[in-house]
Amino acid sequence: MGNYLPNSPGERREMLEHIGLSSMDGLFFHIPEAVRVSALDLPEGLSELAVRQRMEALAAKNQVFRSIFRGAGAYHHYIPAIVKSVTAKEAFLTAYTPYQAEISQGILQSIFEYQTMICELTGMDVSNASVYDGASAAAEAVAMCRDRKRQKVVISGAVHPQVIETVQTYAFGAGVPVEVVPPKDGRTDLDALRGALVPDVCCVLLQQPNFFGLLEEIPAEAVHAAGAKLILSVNPISLGLLATPAGQGADIAVGEGQPLGLPLAFGGPYLGFMACTKALMRKLPGRIVGETTDADGKRAFVLTLQAREQHIRREKASSNICSNQALCALTAAVYLSAMGPGGLREAAEQCAAKAQYAAARLCEIRGVSLAYAPPFFHEFVTRLPAPPDAVLAALEDSGILGGLPVRDGILWCVTEMCTKEQIDEMVGIVREVCEV
Amino acid sequence: MKLIFERSRPGLSCDLLPPCDVPKAGLFAPLRSAPPRLPELAEVDISRHYTALAGQAHGVNDGFYPLGSCTMKYNPRVNEEAAALPGFAGLHPLQPVETVQGALEVLCTAERLLCEITGMDAMSFQPAAGAHGEFTGLLLIKAYHTSRQDTVRRKILVPDAAHGTNPASATMAGYDVVSVPSDEKGCVDLDALRQAVGADTAGLMLTNPNTVGLFDENILEITRIIHEAGGLCYYDGANLNAVMGIVRPGDMGFDVVHLNLHKTFSTPHGCGGPGSGPVGCRQFLAPFLPGDQAVEQCGSYTLEQSTASIGRVKAFYGNFLVVVRALAYVLALGREGIPEAAQNAVLNANYLMSLLRERYDMAFTEGVMHEFVMTLERTKKETGVSAMDVAKAMLDYGIHPPTMYFPLIVHEALMVEPTETESRATLDEAARILLEILDKAEHDPEALHRAPERTPVGRPDEVGAARSPKLRYAFPVV
Repeated sequence: MGNYLPNSPGERREMLEHIGLSSMDGLFFHIPEAVRVSALDLPEGLSELAVRQRMEALAAKNQVFRSIFRGAGAYHHYIPAIVKSVTAKEAFLTAYTPYQAEISQGILQSIFEYQTMICELTGMDVSNASVYDGASAAAEAVAMCRDRKRQKVVISGAVHPQVIETVQTYAFGAGVPVEVVPPKDGRTDLDALRGALVPDVCCVLLQQPNFFGLLEEIPAEAVHAAGAKLILSVNPISLGLLATPAGQGADIAVGEGQPLGLPLAFGGPYLGFMACTKALMRKLPGRIVGETTDADGKRAFVLTLQAREQHIRREKASSNICSNQALCALTAAVYLSAMGPGGLREAAEQCAAKAQYAAARLCEIRGVSLAYAPPFFHEFVTRLPAPPDAVLAALEDSGILGGLPVRDGILWCVTEMCTKEQIDEMVGIVREVCEV
Repeated sequence: MKLIFERSRPGLSCDLLPPCDVPKAGLFAPLRSAPPRLPELAEVDISRHYTALAGQAHGVNDGFYPLGSCTMKYNPRVNEEAAALPGFAGLHPLQPVETVQGALEVLCTAERLLCEITGMDAMSFQPAAGAHGEFTGLLLIKAYHTSRQDTVRRKILVPDAAHGTNPASATMAGYDVVSVPSDEKGCVDLDALRQAVGADTAGLMLTNPNTVGLFDENILEITRIIHEAGGLCYYDGANLNAVMGIVRPGDMGFDVVHLNLHKTFSTPHGCGGPGSGPVGCRQFLAPFLPGDQAVEQCGSYTLEQSTASIGRVKAFYGNFLVVVRALAYVLALGREGIPEAAQNAVLNANYLMSLLRERYDMAFTEGVMHEFVMTLERTKKETGVSAMDVAKAMLDYGIHPPTMYFPLIVHEALMVEPTETESRATLDEAARILLEILDKAEHDPEALHRAPERTPVGRPDEVGAARSPKLRYAFPVV
């Protein structure tokens, strides 16, 4: 049986004697007999080797694809070696939230640097230290915009469906209405959106590039003219190339930070990033690190603006968030440092170039066409003359994870990880299925 | 220490990507007007920068870490290796279910084992942290009452000693919070509870052992009072480490539970996250669980979402790799190891308290479980030395201080949770240091006001930080 206890049975006996007890049972004397368990129905404990064998056997039951053309909220990017080497450092891996600033300067500084990088990527004024993922970041952003007069939330139907669903769940909690404006031709229906901007709308949530990979026209002026806030959910890699959320008029930028050095990991842990204008700073949820000085005037970093948070404000807090995704935020910071401005732009350009190449090659197949008009970033939808399931099954047989089946066909994603050879191979298999 | 931006030198980069092997993309708008000012560095610069930063951080292996309520136990290394296996880390969350049978088996197995430990019938791993689990659990309660057209239940009862996340989560779930006072023993005041419940009670949130480290002996009466009023009982699993394998929330009358895998089940805290806050519930609440549930059918696994589900609380299935680590831990400890961990956690807390209680005032001493709360109120009156001063003095000895000024019902509180993975020698040494600090408080209080003196920085100006917030690096104007 495995255990991680550093006291020998003899030492435990002595410690018990020291506190005047003869057995471990004595420690629990005040727990009513009626609720005590006699024995749990659990398997016997295992040695380390046995645990390893068991976990390896479970991992071996999964298929890891050698080529991945699926995105839809989780993206396959190159993770530089330096990233893992930094995030595996014991102190970063095992420390708690940096409550004690004097012995946590390294952590606090790394978060301050992360916040700066997120501000640089998004063009916004202020970033927090992270939330759970892109979907919960969107839900938290919506909560920032609500006040007594304005409660209603408007979301474009071209936002990731799981983000929409998460916002709806949070809205069920808060008891506020959510209107999803159905997309038109793969993009936000701007006329319908303008029509939805009634006086009690607090915010509009859009995604750029949207769920179908398409670039959207962002109607910031109309949203602001209606007195609502604009929340933009963005892909951080695309920001190596595309206009910042701030440049497009966003009041709050959120997004899934997983593309910044985090593995696909069957959906988590990922990283929710959140940044906003200075005007909304005190409504931003979660940890925020600020720069200050110690008594000697030395630069120091601390958790700050804590009057927003649950441990101070309790039921009046801006959010209940306590644990966040700090190690994932560190991962993103190391990733962005390794990529640098040039590397991030290169990754974004390669994604765009390879997606355009793959789309063009796929559309050479008889009966295959783009479902929606370009421009797109690194995802696009094709219509197919064959059932999507048949296409995807043929790809899977060759160790290729194809795109995600959606209403109008297949949603493909191409990143810098896909070589021309892999793209050509994928296209060849799709052709075989479609042109039978 | 220099910021990473201050180390940046134009023109440096890491050569990470091969040249693009397809034609350049056709241009499209809107493009950004200027590149993000990310640092430009060689790999060695980055590596040394973060090694230096890690040197100014205190991890679980850098010394004793008795941070009350946070269960800073040792993080077993085999768990890390399990989580890093490509068969887990390389899976896309939207792969066909036939290709992720092992991952779904992880979720189903962890659900079965953790349900046995908590006495629950079903569990969702979607919540990413404890507070996220609280919010999710409260939505289950809300969905349950709503499904019965019972819409007058607007109130959630929360003891005054509860974690701040409890009332904050209740507000997010749309409830009014009613604070229930503690009695003189630090437990729920039954008379006050009886007065607080009514037809408008949606439920009660409770930690047991509670935040002062005591097991509430009236627990069956408490949950009965709530149930008789038509409310449901929510168990905050923050302190489960004290009682796992000894007593189960389900047997105490709780209907919904959240666990903190990053506390009780040994997964690392990562400077504040990622954690994992799975929510378990009794069968009648299972249809309301969030997101997709992994389920076993005739030996194979699939994902299902119930039509009555509250919906997702995040994308995909939660912090999956954290669940992998926790599963490895439960498999290692097994039937005997789970209660043994709890026993030793309680033993360590009681042993350390016994070394200190002659000189440090304890808020409560009877029936202390895995953590105890010291009150420095008398010391502060007599010497001017506060709980903060004692905590800061500990830093100079390489000990991470206990949780300070919590719970709110104890003045000048220091909440100490040693966990089971500390040796007697560590506890003896910590006690010696704490007694030495108390000696200093009596003879040289000024020295403690100045503490810490051996850390990279002294006490930072927190008021100044909040008054004029500097929340990002100010790049020099060129």
